[in-house]
Order: sequence, then C-alpha cells, then structure tokens
Amino acid sequence: MILVMTNIESVPGKKIVEHFGLVCGSTVRAKNAFKDFGAGLKNLVGGELKAYTELMNESRKQALERLKCQAENLGANAIVNVRFSTSNIANGAAEIYVYGTAVRVE
Amino acid sequence: MADLIQLAIFVAIGYFVGTRIEKKHYRSIKEREKNLSCCPVVTGDDFLEDKPIRTTRLVSGSAVISSDYFKMIVGGLLNFIGGEMSVFESLLDRARREAVLRMKLEAPGADIILNLRLETSTIAGKNSCEALAYGTAVYYQK
Repeated sequence: MILVMTNIESVPGKKIVEHFGLVCGSTVRAKNAFKDFGAGLKNLVGGELKAYTELMNESRKQALERLKCQAENLGANAIVNVRFSTSNIANGAAEIYVYGTAVRVE
Repeated sequence: MADLIQLAIFVAIGYFVGTRIEKKHYRSIKEREKNLSCCPVVTGDDFLEDKPIRTTRLVSGSAVISSDYFKMIVGGLLNFIGGEMSVFESLLDRARREAVLRMKLEAPGADIILNLRLETSTIAGKNSCEALAYGTAVYYQK
C-alpha cells in the first residue's frame, strides 16, 4: 500500500471516504562540530552551505517518515493538506514540524 | 591595527569571491529555470484540467545560502542607517529560487505542481537563509 501525500485539500481524481484527524511528525537534527566549523568558514565568501542543505533534507525526510508512520497506524492510505513548519531552536540545528490530515480514499 | 588589516582582508575576500559566487549562482539558476519552464508551478489548487489522473505526489526541495563577509559588514552599516537592505534581498531570492528548482527536479515529467508553499528559517545563525519549497505534483494519464 502506497501512502499518497498532497498539500491540497483532496487527492485529485479520488474521493475521500473517511477522516482520521490530525497527524504530525517533527524532528530536530544537527551536524557534527567539524561540519559546523566548515560552514562557518564558508560564511566568509558566501554561497551555498551544502552541509546544512543536506541537514535540511535529512530532517525533512525523517519528519515525513514519522508522519507516514502515524498515519499508517491509524489505517489511513492518504494524507491531505500537508504543511511544513520550521523554527530555530539552536544555532546549527534544523527543526522541522510537518502536519496534515490522515484520510482514507477510494 | 592588525585587527583592522585582518578585517579589511576578510571584507576584500568576501567582496571579490562572494560576488563571483553569486553571479555564477544566478547564471546557473536562470539556465535551469529555462530548462524546467515546461512544468508550471501554481500557488492554488484549482488549476487542474479535466483529465484522468495517474498519480499525485508531495514534492519538496530546500537550499541553504549564506552571505559573505562583505555583505555582513555592509548589512550591519545599513541596519544602523535604516531603509532598504538590498544586500540581503538577493540572498533570499537565491535561496527561494534554488529551493523551487530542486522541488521541480524531484518531480521529473510532472504535468503541473499545485499549491506551492515556501518556508524559510535560519540554521547557521544570523547571516544565512534557508528556504524550503513544497507542493503537490500531478501526473495526468497519458
């Protein structure tokens, strides 16, 4: 069973038959001190901080994984209205919160 | 005195290397935007054509862009005076456009990307910008 995720109110072409309510996943991740140091050096000349882009991707994946896990436990086969939210708790750490509505589609 | 020389060197390196990196980045962004312009991205959810749909998928992309030392110093001075801080505008612009491009790359062959949302935060302190773009990629039945 593949879990479908969308950030609109429905799954296009399918009808929602059951609602399960809010599901969410969050994570806070950081890179090791060496990568932080490297990023600090990169700050001198500017440009992309690849270590942190990687960090963002990892955090996003983990948060989505937790979201999916929660939805599957409820017996849902789709999540609609998915939203990402970010905040900064600590320097050099990425916090991602993802939430949505678990539903069952035909 | 030694501190002043060090600062001058950092600002000079930041200015010359930073400007080059930014120009190169903008060139690459424009080129990729041209290549990927076939897939429309919209911020609403009512742009679907009346065709049978094969799959729907959540796609996302992110980028972390940092400012150089020169911009940091100039930004600090501009903050003192107030008004438009043009040095940081390009930073946000680059991060967002890069994030949208990466999101598009995650959906090869998609017919349309609905409901684009952009989110920003800071990871590496004050002088960097991190953008996250996400949307729903829709593939029509061929």
